[in-house]
Amino acid sequence: MTAITDIPDAPRAARRPQTGNPVLRWLRKNLFSSIPNGILSIVLLAILAKGIYSFVQWGLANAVWLTPANDSSACRAVRGVGACWAIIPEKYRFILFGTYPFDEQWRPALAVLLFIALYYLSTRRALWRRELIYLWIGALALISVLMWGGVFGLSFVSQDRWGGLPVTLILATFGLAFGFPLGILVALGRRSKLPAIRSLSVLYVELIRGVPLVSLLFMASVMFPLFMPSGFNIDKLLRAQIAIILFAGAYLAEVIRGGLQAVPRGQYEAADALGLSYWRKHRLIVLPQAIRHVIPPLVNTFIAFFKDTSLVLIIGIFDLLTTAKTAIIDPAWQQFSVEVYIFVAAIYFVFCFAMSRYSRSLEAHTASR
Amino acid sequence: MTADHPRPPPRRRFFALGRNELKGLFWQVLVVGIAVGVIAFLWSNTVTNLSARRITTGFAFLGREAGMPIADSLLAYNPRDTYLWAFVVGIANTLRVAVIGIVLATVLGTLIGISRLSANWLLSRLAAVYVETLRDIPLLLQLLFWYVLMQALPAARAAWRPVEGVFLSNRGLILPAIPFGPPQLWVLGTAVLGLAVFYIIRRWLIAQQMRDGKPRPAWPFALGLIVAAPAAVSLVLGVSWTIEWPQLRGFNFVGGLTLAPEYFALLIALVTYTSAFIAEIVRSGIQSVPRGQWDAANALGLRRSFMLRQIILPQALRVIVPPMTSQYLNLTKNSSLAVAIGYQDVVSVANTTLNQTGQAIEAIALIMAVFLTISLSISFFMNWYNARIALVER
Repeated sequence: MTAITDIPDAPRAARRPQTGNPVLRWLRKNLFSSIPNGILSIVLLAILAKGIYSFVQWGLANAVWLTPANDSSACRAVRGVGACWAIIPEKYRFILFGTYPFDEQWRPALAVLLFIALYYLSTRRALWRRELIYLWIGALALISVLMWGGVFGLSFVSQDRWGGLPVTLILATFGLAFGFPLGILVALGRRSKLPAIRSLSVLYVELIRGVPLVSLLFMASVMFPLFMPSGFNIDKLLRAQIAIILFAGAYLAEVIRGGLQAVPRGQYEAADALGLSYWRKHRLIVLPQAIRHVIPPLVNTFIAFFKDTSLVLIIGIFDLLTTAKTAIIDPAWQQFSVEVYIFVAAIYFVFCFAMSRYSRSLEAHTASR
Repeated sequence: MTADHPRPPPRRRFFALGRNELKGLFWQVLVVGIAVGVIAFLWSNTVTNLSARRITTGFAFLGREAGMPIADSLLAYNPRDTYLWAFVVGIANTLRVAVIGIVLATVLGTLIGISRLSANWLLSRLAAVYVETLRDIPLLLQLLFWYVLMQALPAARAAWRPVEGVFLSNRGLILPAIPFGPPQLWVLGTAVLGLAVFYIIRRWLIAQQMRDGKPRPAWPFALGLIVAAPAAVSLVLGVSWTIEWPQLRGFNFVGGLTLAPEYFALLIALVTYTSAFIAEIVRSGIQSVPRGQWDAANALGLRRSFMLRQIILPQALRVIVPPMTSQYLNLTKNSSLAVAIGYQDVVSVANTTLNQTGQAIEAIALIMAVFLTISLSISFFMNWYNARIALVER
């Protein structure tokens, strides 16, 4: 590998005159700047061409796009040489919405759209005001009504029939909505002068961060019933949600603590000099600045959570990944799991990629100031 | 003015707390009270529930026969062994995937991170696509994907042979191996010892150079201690280094080193996923070295390799090491996803134990103890390393 010699900051030996065809100039500068670089480019181009060719052959040219309902014979015929995208139109309702009553599936679909609208509005800098909190409360309440029903003429659907994308979004969003205030409290606790509160916060954060999420989820699914008085039991989804909130709280607390540390001492002292109480000092002076400092890492933490919600598969909750895995249990379609995984990966990718782009633009915005 | 007696400092009486201290005390008592109350409530419920289910708490069950199969293990195991031994086997499996995963992910991540900075447009674009794609798809999904691909591989008879002696089939990856026993271990031990001695000698050489400025080559020592000494031991003991080539017998392979499909899929998923994060860390680390450092090194006429080793890398490492630590911790914790594809790591063993015996608290406590120990060891080591390379300010 010649790469280490090509660090952009490293000074170049010679600069070629800027003449000739711009395309050729671009090629020479970016692909053929030296002999090893030229060889590398040719090798990479060959590999890339072969990769793209075989993917096009498999994914487009030889692929089966549609089959008659519940008939996978056309797909079996091309197995190994072509993709069976027909499994997606066959199964997408189940993958996206799980076992939610078929005729009522417009409700989870609407809930998903509401979630997306909520995320979009939250990224608008102009809307970063107190009203945003009310908007969140309102939207989450509306989503709950849509999903559960039982009022306004909507039929009641219990949580064990929920599934697919709405469950993933619910776990991630509610985890965030409750984990965030928890994280703020714990971060403040960790910086508190009171030894008992500080050590409790440290204990909580380090315990949760020290163990894998899988073990927390096991705990939620197996040990929670043991913790509660007999006869009192709450739903599995809610238990997983609690585990995710506790998990999110610990990680968010560490990010927010970083922000608190970045607030200059003078700000605290000025707030004290004004005679503000502890809570007013933090609410009005410290926290707004602290959170502004850590918005990019916060977005990265959100991306991590969004992906981590897929772990509920291990305790058998029907999120997007679990419905995908269940959809291919069907013997007729069993061999086409790769196609389903690619479909689901694309959904996760769209959400995470949008968030990471947003995080990058925020960083650029902060850096330019 | 007459020298007065210095006034004794106001004695603080225990009960004369200020207003703020009283408030602090009140909050602490309140929070601790709530925490203790909640824990006591949960504890009493648990005790009641456990006695209702006739489960005795305690670690006595560890001595009982486990009766669970563990297909792929580093240590000798059979289902008649105790739960304790099953846990040890599980821990060994976790460490096997975590340690090798960390090494491979570091190598791959560094290569990709450097590629992203390459002047070759194609290479840097490809590296960027790799990073963006792998980072934005859940690890569990990637793991299931790799596992499905493993299962779709041809049977042992029709195994792929990318290189002579390497077989890839639905039995996993089979590699040629050197049988490893005590004689080989002696040679390896000599090499490790040689490395340690070389390290001490090198420090001494550098200290000498610091005194008089004369460079002293270290490579003859390296050659002697790390290469020649183990070779001599090998010759004296007559250790054989014949490679054992795997062969197809019936439906399976004999000889060689087998990486089971579960292990192989988990390793690939962990390494590729983590390497995408490591690549970003390495890239930002190298970019964090100011341009002036490159220019200054060039102006001094330093050789390129010397410049990278002595000027650029030490500064980049300062930025790289702390986030790298958390990636190593993440990889180790993520290895617990093994339970989804049936590779028996410690979490998977604990889960089976929990289902068989109902000893939920003990099983979870063991998982936590194992991961806290691993996490603390990694952070301890990395903190030590970080303190070593950190900027020493005057």
